[in-house]
Amino acid sequence: MKVRFKENRRLYIGLIITGLMLILAITGKFFTPYDPNAMDSANKLAGISAKHIMGCDNFGRDIFSRILAGLDTTMVVAVGTVLIGVTFGTVIGALTGYYGGRPDEIMMRFNDAVLAFPSLLLALVIISIMGSGKMNVTIALGILFIPGYARIVRGEFLKCRNLDYVQSARLMGASYLRIMFVHILPNTIPVLLSTVAIGFNNAVLAEAGMSFLGIGVQPPDSSLGRMLSESQSYLFLRPGYALCTGSVIALLIFGFAMLNEGLEKHA
Amino acid sequence: MRKRLVFILSVFLTLTIALGGCSGRKTGDSSKIVVGIPQDLEDSLDPHKATAAGTREVLFNVFEGLLKPDENGNLIPAVAKEYEVTDDGLTYKFMLRDGVKFHNGNPVTAEDVKYSIEKSAGMTGEESLIAAFSNIKEVNVVSDAEVDVVLNETDVDFPAYIASVNASVIPKDNATPDTTPIGTGPYKYISRSPQENIIMESFDDYWGNKASIKNLEFKIENGDSMLMDLKGGTIDLTMHISATQIKQIGDDFDVHEGSMNLVQALYLNNKIKPFDDARVRQAMCYAIDKQAILDLAFEGHGSPIGSSMFPSFGKYYMPELENKYPHDEAKAKELLKEAGYADGFSMTITVPSNYTPHVDTAQVLVEQLKTVGINASINQVEWNTWLSDVYTGRNYESTVIGVDASSLTADALLGRFYSSADNNFINYSNEEYDRLYEESRKTLDDNRRTELIKQMETLLSEDAANVYIQDMAEFVPINKKFEGYTFYPLYVQDISRIKYKD
Repeated sequence: MKVRFKENRRLYIGLIITGLMLILAITGKFFTPYDPNAMDSANKLAGISAKHIMGCDNFGRDIFSRILAGLDTTMVVAVGTVLIGVTFGTVIGALTGYYGGRPDEIMMRFNDAVLAFPSLLLALVIISIMGSGKMNVTIALGILFIPGYARIVRGEFLKCRNLDYVQSARLMGASYLRIMFVHILPNTIPVLLSTVAIGFNNAVLAEAGMSFLGIGVQPPDSSLGRMLSESQSYLFLRPGYALCTGSVIALLIFGFAMLNEGLEKHA
Repeated sequence: MRKRLVFILSVFLTLTIALGGCSGRKTGDSSKIVVGIPQDLEDSLDPHKATAAGTREVLFNVFEGLLKPDENGNLIPAVAKEYEVTDDGLTYKFMLRDGVKFHNGNPVTAEDVKYSIEKSAGMTGEESLIAAFSNIKEVNVVSDAEVDVVLNETDVDFPAYIASVNASVIPKDNATPDTTPIGTGPYKYISRSPQENIIMESFDDYWGNKASIKNLEFKIENGDSMLMDLKGGTIDLTMHISATQIKQIGDDFDVHEGSMNLVQALYLNNKIKPFDDARVRQAMCYAIDKQAILDLAFEGHGSPIGSSMFPSFGKYYMPELENKYPHDEAKAKELLKEAGYADGFSMTITVPSNYTPHVDTAQVLVEQLKTVGINASINQVEWNTWLSDVYTGRNYESTVIGVDASSLTADALLGRFYSSADNNFINYSNEEYDRLYEESRKTLDDNRRTELIKQMETLLSEDAANVYIQDMAEFVPINKKFEGYTFYPLYVQDISRIKYKD
């Protein structure tokens, strides 16, 4: 899998930005310049300075520290969501795609039903049943991501199940599970990888959206969405607050988008 | 041909834009004001069932009782033109005003008044929001123009309850007061669309000073986007916005500062551990720094309080309680240790997400409680979830909220801490308090009564029933087109007095 920069610039840009964000998020877990939740009335809505490189929010909390901590939260939610979606999606997609028949029909109609609802609305319903918080948001979003992945994996399995190499494997007496997960699954990876990148994208946006609505991560903990929501009240007083937070979300999404395009081209 | 059309169109467009700016002052039927409110009226449109302060402040424009409060805290006649009390203090004789009409055009009859008082007192089988009305023995229609209310025991506060929104006069023949409210107030209800708005129109047959602005819309707006809508011009007036938001409001608005007449506190469910231990509650009072909360979340505005009474109640308010628990971390830790929580504990603060000031306060509280080892987390809930889980269901640990007075009485604030009161959502129970309360209900002598009320306040403070914070400052931005905004000592909005500037 050697790819030259010239051949696939997007892949590299995506990798660099995503990698950088990942490093920042991991840093944020262990070290932030200030305690992200420490309030200081002397620094309320302070501007950008050498001490606070992105200024302070309405409670005098250091915005950069909060972005680092928030990035960590957002990333954890995004990774968790995609992990749940891909794992269950792949299993469901593989089984239905390989076996087909009535169970397949039933599963796919169920899939269609879930996909027919606006995802945020469904997430709201799940949250209102389970309660808010980081864990529940991840689970709720994860569940919503399952049908999308299931559909993609199923499509690939449908395509592959009658190809020669599968037929040969079957003739050699390989078990169904072995055929599904050792022979067919690796062939779906390029397609799966690019959808995973889009998935990260959507998960970051969905988490931001839910926290923005006040049902995601609970204050005083920070997440990028919550910060954007809070900054809205001070848009005219300290536009830098919303701008800094918004830019980080935009950059994160841009990184994933580039990664996705790069992978697609490569595949 | 085509060129010409473009020319004509562009002339029209220019004129529309240019002249659009000149429309300015509207009068008569096209006059309209949009008032932003932070929550929908989810409890009920029936004034006798309106539990939320935010609902009452809106319904104040639609309904009136026999009496109503004015801006100075006096009770003025409304549906009744006057009243007399018999010498024994047990019978109130209300003389009805001539020509008062309901919004459906029917005149208010003595039967309607009887029905309304009985309904709001729970005598028709429904739940009553005014505990003091259980004291009503009977309501008699004496003539077409007189209704007598007979009490079991004397109650000097009775007229103040009669003036509450929860005791409004409504027509007897309205089968669905929950959804089609009909009152006698200066505005009549037109429609409501959930989570969006409530539309009202001025009532032409109003008996008193008619509203100046014809169309009134209460628009439901999330705390954060309220500011955007104000600046964008879709809202002309709103009441409960923060000091920081006021700074950004710009030049299109006149800003009035008053006080919200609320008791904002971290209310604790006194029934559950560890809040059933007074030492824990006192420790929490010592742990928090009221002034820091005001500085961090309210730009220094607001008045710190120390019990369930706010400064507008001059007669009963006790400023000396404000500093009952000065900020003292060492003392807080000591008390926690005594109570067996040397290592602190974890707790949840449930806050309605639509009230930014309460959410902000909760955020500061989390930080302050952390300094004495109490690990608090915030759980934001929707307003109706808050009402059902916290207020009605009492299924919570602690909450930050402001409690208002539904009538101009000390009882409206203190009655809820009586151990068996329906609205005792903090499950406060103290025999001494119950005794004082019962005595105050029976006492006619005003000095003795005031003394008892002050003792109750002191007891709440000493017992640290709740972590009292402040009476919040209220900022009212109103579009410069309008004037006449009036503050009331109650949590109500009187839109009928607002008019266009000349």
